[in-house]
Amino acid sequence: MTAALGLVPRLAAGTLAALLSDYTFRTVALGAAIIGLMSGVVGCFSVLRREALLADGASHAALPGVVAAYLITGSKDAAVLLAGAAASAVLAAAATVLTARRTRIKFESALAVAMSVFFGLGLALMSYAQRLPGASKAGLSRFIYGEASSIVMRDVYASAALALMLTALVCVFFRQFKLAAFDPEYAASAGLRSGAAGGALTAMTVAVTVLGIQAVGAVLMSALLIAPAVAARQWTRSLAGMTALAAVFGAVSGVAGTAYSSLRDGVPTGPAIVVTASVIAGVSLLAAPGRGIAAKLVRRRRLRRRVLAADMSVVDELTSPDVSAVPAQSTRPDAAPDGQGRAASPSDVSATTGQGTRHEAPPDGRESPAAPPDGEESATVPQDVSAAPEQELRPDAPDGEGHVASAPDKDGKGGGSDAGGA
Amino acid sequence: MPAELEIGLIAVMTAASCAVCGSLLLVRGMTMTADAVSHTILLGIVLAYFAAGGLDSPLLFLGAAAVGLVTVALGELLVKSRLVSEDSAVGVVFPLLFALAVILITRYASSVHLDTDTVLLGELAFAPFERMTVFGADIGAKGIYTSAGLLALDLLFVVALFKELKTVSFDRTAALVMGFSPALLHYLMMALVSLTAVGSFDTVGSVLVVAFMAAPAATAYLLAESFGKMLAAAVAAAAISAIVGVRAALALDVSFAGAMATAAGLVFLAALVAAPKRGLVGAYLRRRAGKRPR
Repeated sequence: MTAALGLVPRLAAGTLAALLSDYTFRTVALGAAIIGLMSGVVGCFSVLRREALLADGASHAALPGVVAAYLITGSKDAAVLLAGAAASAVLAAAATVLTARRTRIKFESALAVAMSVFFGLGLALMSYAQRLPGASKAGLSRFIYGEASSIVMRDVYASAALALMLTALVCVFFRQFKLAAFDPEYAASAGLRSGAAGGALTAMTVAVTVLGIQAVGAVLMSALLIAPAVAARQWTRSLAGMTALAAVFGAVSGVAGTAYSSLRDGVPTGPAIVVTASVIAGVSLLAAPGRGIAAKLVRRRRLRRRVLAADMSVVDELTSPDVSAVPAQSTRPDAAPDGQGRAASPSDVSATTGQGTRHEAPPDGRESPAAPPDGEESATVPQDVSAAPEQELRPDAPDGEGHVASAPDKDGKGGGSDAGGA
Repeated sequence: MPAELEIGLIAVMTAASCAVCGSLLLVRGMTMTADAVSHTILLGIVLAYFAAGGLDSPLLFLGAAAVGLVTVALGELLVKSRLVSEDSAVGVVFPLLFALAVILITRYASSVHLDTDTVLLGELAFAPFERMTVFGADIGAKGIYTSAGLLALDLLFVVALFKELKTVSFDRTAALVMGFSPALLHYLMMALVSLTAVGSFDTVGSVLVVAFMAAPAATAYLLAESFGKMLAAAVAAAAISAIVGVRAALALDVSFAGAMATAAGLVFLAALVAAPKRGLVGAYLRRRAGKRPR
């Protein structure tokens, strides 16, 4: 076990200079950077297409392929094992898509079934393989936890080649991929083969996932695809910018994670990379200008101050829809959609009557899901729409959830009395 | 009791309690939550281990279940901020917590008996070695009592709150109007899922908890027409998979958990192909007959 996890390149000297002159570190860091870069680029599309968890499924489902490839060929060569991994990941992805399309089981549940069953099959095969003479567990179990230190120059060249290919693909077919990610219906009506583009994106996700398993392991691979994309999304509104930024974030996570695990004894590389990527995502969510949580809080406070300065009676008007938020409406009044514009109108109206705002509020509320708070990129809108049919079926749509958490205590009384008064 | 029988009993009861939780998750479209929770309980186990200094403390149970709840809450917080879509939120939160757990284990706890293999992959074969003794008398393997307790808890929860669970899962508005809190029920359910995942991890391993939460429930979803029947079918499918899996593992001398999950997958495959109304064959025949599939 310690052999599987104590895979950290242990360096005597802890300084950065010593680190950079270390051949192993340079190789591993370069490999991790390339994998991070590819994950960033491809991850953007999987996040936007809401296929983020596909990576998680694919990486788990790769296990039986790895073991089967070993059992059949008897070699532990990375290329052979990766081919097996890709084959079983693709098989699981196909089974998931087939199940989700042809039965009433939803994509998410089908994915959970496929990945966990494949993983179980992999475990059974692995326990069989271990009994064979000459089979040590270490070579195979690195596919569960990852073993970045096993990256050699040959792997770096191979992943660099794949990275170049993927980047070229994304550049050439950027328009098609964009449509496939945001608005498959429109793409189809415009005569673009978005099905092919979507399939290509899914295949790219699987390819990057399988390649990344070596560095961060099956369990953590999904984070490397998702976290850089989520982080990049907060800073920019254009897909090209998001893709480029995610690539940078992914590469930085790879290098920083490798460096951290080299400098601190006993910190495995894969988890260190994932923690770095998650920290970048967390900081971006909090601090990104405009969209970030901090910026939203500041805007809300500014709005409150302006409202208070304008007229005290406005406060009642602004807070009452807040309290009586009906779960069916998927708005968050407290998020203050288009902060500035709205602040002006209620205060204007309230100068006339209180009734005025009441008429004003509902349309505002109903519009919001279609045009979410300012920060939302226009492009996310069609995507919301395309995801809607599936989410309608779910009793527990994410929009409703926000209210459920806050509604019952406030709503039980506030909403009731409000309804009684009306 | 012979060891094989004990193993079989533990396997069936664990699988059944996972199937009950899985059915609750599936009808709400939240099966991947099981995946997230089953991974992050590792962090809870590690933290509770540091706090309690041992692996036998009940604190381990509570700590792990608490981190399971934290995972769900953090994910929902992210979704609520409207900055991240639901699946991405899950995909960001759980690898982070899991990575932290792996780092903590390798850095501070690698010398003790707490390794990721035990938690992730489980080892049912060792279950008969841990005995439960009352007044010095051996009354069976410990795992039998844990899994029986969990199954009882899960069944009690579902039976006691059957109507509420059904309403909340299928008709939120009605639930709100009738005055019970979907949020409270949601978190109760998540607590149950976490507890079940924690209780099952040393039997089937946390990764395969997902298999038993997902596959039997999905099988039942293809076969049953009502929520009650679905629960029953899920438990039956889980029990069959567990028995077949244990038998196969003994015969082929492979991992119990792996064989059980594979069996669950095969049972699902059979339902997927041949379920009378919703199976692939049934749907195909209906399409050919010119009727639209549901």
